[in-house]
Amino acid sequence: MNDPAAAVEPGADVHEHAGIGDPNAHHHSPEHILKEMRTYLVVFVSLAALTAITVFAFYQLKTYPLKIAITVALIIATIKGFLVAGFFMHLLSEKKVIYAVLIITVIFFIFLMALPVSHHANPFGS
Amino acid sequence: MALRRQIRVGSQWMYADEAHKALREAMRVMKDEEQGAHGGHHQSWIRRYVFSTDHKWIGIQYGFTALLFLMLGFCLMILMRLQLGWPGTAFSAMKLLGESRAPGGVLLPEAYNQLGAMHGTIMIFLGIVPLAVGAFGNYLVPLQIGAPDMAFPKLNMASYWCYLPGGLIMLASFFVPGGTAQSGWTSYPPLSVIASAGQTWWLIGMVFLITSSLLGSVNFIVTIIQLRAKGLSYMRFPFFVHAQFVTSFLLLLAFPPLEAAAVLQLMDRVAGTSFFLPSGLVVSGQALTNAGGGNPLLWQHLFWFLAHPEVYVLILPAMGIVAEIIANGTRKPLWGYKSMVFATVFLGFMSFVVWAHHMFLTGMGTTISAFFQTTTMIISIPSVIILSSLFISLWGGAIRFTTPMLFALAFLPMFGIGGLTGLPLGLAAADIHLHDTYYVIGHFHYVVAPGTIFAMFAGIYYWFPKATGRKLNDFWGRVHFWISFVCINGIFFPMFAQGLAGVSRRLYDGGMQYAHAKQIAAQTNPFMSICAIGLLVAQVPFIINFFYNAIAAAMGHRDEGLGSNPWESTTMEWAATTSPPLAHGNFEVLPEVYRGPYEYNVPGEAAAFIPQHMPDATEPAPRGGLLPATAVAMREN
Amino acid sequence: MEAHAHASVGHAELEIPYNVHPRPDTGVYNGKLGIWLFLASEVMLFGALFSSLILLRTGAESWPRGYEFLNIKLATFNTFILILSSVTVVMAWSHLRLGNLKKGRIYISATVLCALIFLTAKGFEYSHEFHEGRFPKTNNFLGIYFTMTGLHGLHILGGVIVFLYFLGPGAKMWAKEPERYTNRIEIVGLYWHFVDLVWIFLFPILYLM
Repeated sequence: MNDPAAAVEPGADVHEHAGIGDPNAHHHSPEHILKEMRTYLVVFVSLAALTAITVFAFYQLKTYPLKIAITVALIIATIKGFLVAGFFMHLLSEKKVIYAVLIITVIFFIFLMALPVSHHANPFGS
Repeated sequence: MALRRQIRVGSQWMYADEAHKALREAMRVMKDEEQGAHGGHHQSWIRRYVFSTDHKWIGIQYGFTALLFLMLGFCLMILMRLQLGWPGTAFSAMKLLGESRAPGGVLLPEAYNQLGAMHGTIMIFLGIVPLAVGAFGNYLVPLQIGAPDMAFPKLNMASYWCYLPGGLIMLASFFVPGGTAQSGWTSYPPLSVIASAGQTWWLIGMVFLITSSLLGSVNFIVTIIQLRAKGLSYMRFPFFVHAQFVTSFLLLLAFPPLEAAAVLQLMDRVAGTSFFLPSGLVVSGQALTNAGGGNPLLWQHLFWFLAHPEVYVLILPAMGIVAEIIANGTRKPLWGYKSMVFATVFLGFMSFVVWAHHMFLTGMGTTISAFFQTTTMIISIPSVIILSSLFISLWGGAIRFTTPMLFALAFLPMFGIGGLTGLPLGLAAADIHLHDTYYVIGHFHYVVAPGTIFAMFAGIYYWFPKATGRKLNDFWGRVHFWISFVCINGIFFPMFAQGLAGVSRRLYDGGMQYAHAKQIAAQTNPFMSICAIGLLVAQVPFIINFFYNAIAAAMGHRDEGLGSNPWESTTMEWAATTSPPLAHGNFEVLPEVYRGPYEYNVPGEAAAFIPQHMPDATEPAPRGGLLPATAVAMREN
Repeated sequence: MEAHAHASVGHAELEIPYNVHPRPDTGVYNGKLGIWLFLASEVMLFGALFSSLILLRTGAESWPRGYEFLNIKLATFNTFILILSSVTVVMAWSHLRLGNLKKGRIYISATVLCALIFLTAKGFEYSHEFHEGRFPKTNNFLGIYFTMTGLHGLHILGGVIVFLYFLGPGAKMWAKEPERYTNRIEIVGLYWHFVDLVWIFLFPILYLM
């Protein structure tokens, strides 16, 4: 206690003391990494398929009203987006602080998208 | 009580002043080692002082650059006020603008617009934000959280080196044919799209400045979350850190839409697109050949989506500074600290949903107007909570009326006036009468000038000894304060009367050309301009005071009796390291935090104040602490 | 335990805590948090452009449909290429975590190759449009098309430059601090996936609507 160097300092590397409580311990095992690589390939195939579906759906929906075509395209794009974000960017297993940043961003992104709506929804005199 | 204080160093008791001297000598030796003497690592002059990665030096770079830009913006205002006070009069000062802008010393109307646009741009983007965030934030946040530096020192350097070129591009725009930007700091199209080349330079300068802000805000947020000392939980932060934290989120998420808008306006100006140009525009009798179909209101939406959070970027660091000084100057904790923190977070959040109160007169429907009016009224609540808490914090305090405290105390009623005058502007019906009048100018200047800028002065007087080891001269500080305080109210208070009488803003003659505005303009403008000149004169003692002491400090003349904690503060930037702090890594040993940020005159404790990083008020040898004896001084009252 | 996170006077480069190993209570290392914050700002940047597109389009008297003249086949090919590059970069990072620098560099090079193919295809697209007399100033759809794909392309170029740095001079870091190098590739990878994400939305909105 009297020798500062002996105590664990605030910036100390606690990774070496990884034990049951270390959230990163299991991520470093080769088996886990190989398993992840297999997942990436599955996701890639899914993304390629969804891209093909997007284009296919586009040709099918050409004669339908625009709103339907937009909705379908955006739904497929959102699914693709979730796959990229969830697996490639490993968001599905991320930490709370990252989720907090993203939730805040999503909320403000919604405000930003509300911008054109607020512009057109209620013009003067309506 | 003339006893010579003793402190325990290791196993010895030493006289405190001798210990300090020995320590300073040791620091000097270590600093020399670091700079090459005694076989230590040598950093070239360029790496140390130009492309530094040390947050303290970067903070000082930001500080000097921002103060110079503030002075420039101030001078532009002086020229504007000369014109407004005595429209059409020849002034030798005007001749500085050159023959094309002021033939024979008489300001041309277009040139007035250039002054107006650049005064606003320079003050906001080149002056206040870099000073409040880049200088104060950079210098103090790592120290206040017990960190060795920012999380990304090289990124910090990059952010300064985006700011300076951006500022220089803005300056260069004055020398471009046709003059600089002249469509207001708000750059509304279509006018800004058809304006002369200076506007393109403005847009490019803005891209640099926005990039600088983005890099800085990432750094601040990661530093605060990741590098805070052991034991420093969020609710133990000095309020200044909370203010900077929320400010950084505003900068991070609100600036990109303006960057997008700037890109779109650049495309309109340079590539001939029509994002903001409606069809059928005729300029000077000639129809434009662009495709049309664009929407000028798109710019307004995107601009104000940033610019409203931007005003909270202008005020939050100032509130942070004032809170620190008030807690220290009253010798008691901030009243309602928790409410202030939650109010700040709520304020940051709400600031994203009020932007269209700047657009009430653009043809919005009543439903949307009502929405933005409501959110605007709601956002006044957290400001009131913060201001009230600061006022109530004074109650029962043993107030020390130091120079920084004077500026901090003045901030309170001045921000109060600024905030209150915002209310009629936020109400859509009242805004019909007040929009784009001098009432608006009075409102926002009260918040920014006797508000934020006074807080900046307070911060400079307060933290100057931390950065240099010298105090600014107290007498001239008080002269600076009193003359500034009187003159600044003289400039801005009459603006409310002008606005209510219907004097529009951005008129090169201050309203003299309009029958309804003539009388009040003639009555008030000359007086306001004289006050402006008085305000200029008031800055002279400050400038001399500042440079005299800064140069003396740079030459090594420290204030021998000052100590590292002259204001007897509890926060870590004062109590856990030297003044100035250690050049490399800030602390000998990274401190650990045991208590809240404002343990002044704690009931039951003998100590007058207990720094955050001290485990025990009476234990004289804490890890990371250098001045334990200051905590053993007797309680006041 | 070497105090490699201990700040001390006299060292050339300051040791910043949690640069490589995560901070226990947040679970992330500094760069990871930093890049996500940067990506948050990028969401707002591209979001503002999407928002502008919506505002302009819903207010326009007439608005051409992208597929009437844009090259859908080339854009679909480009979409595949970019998705492929996302896979290669995450494979690169996985191999680096397994300690295999050689395979890591191969996959990073593959990513760069995909990116350059994407940019080349874009180049062909743009020059075809110019050839047909379709410029940004022709109408607002083309204006927003060129602006958004152009800004996206600049982001791809930026990523390429960073990848090339890590293939070249930046690779020296592997010898001394392999984990830090791996983290850097993870961070660039996250940026790269985001650029892919933006394209996933740009493609249908611009080309297929």
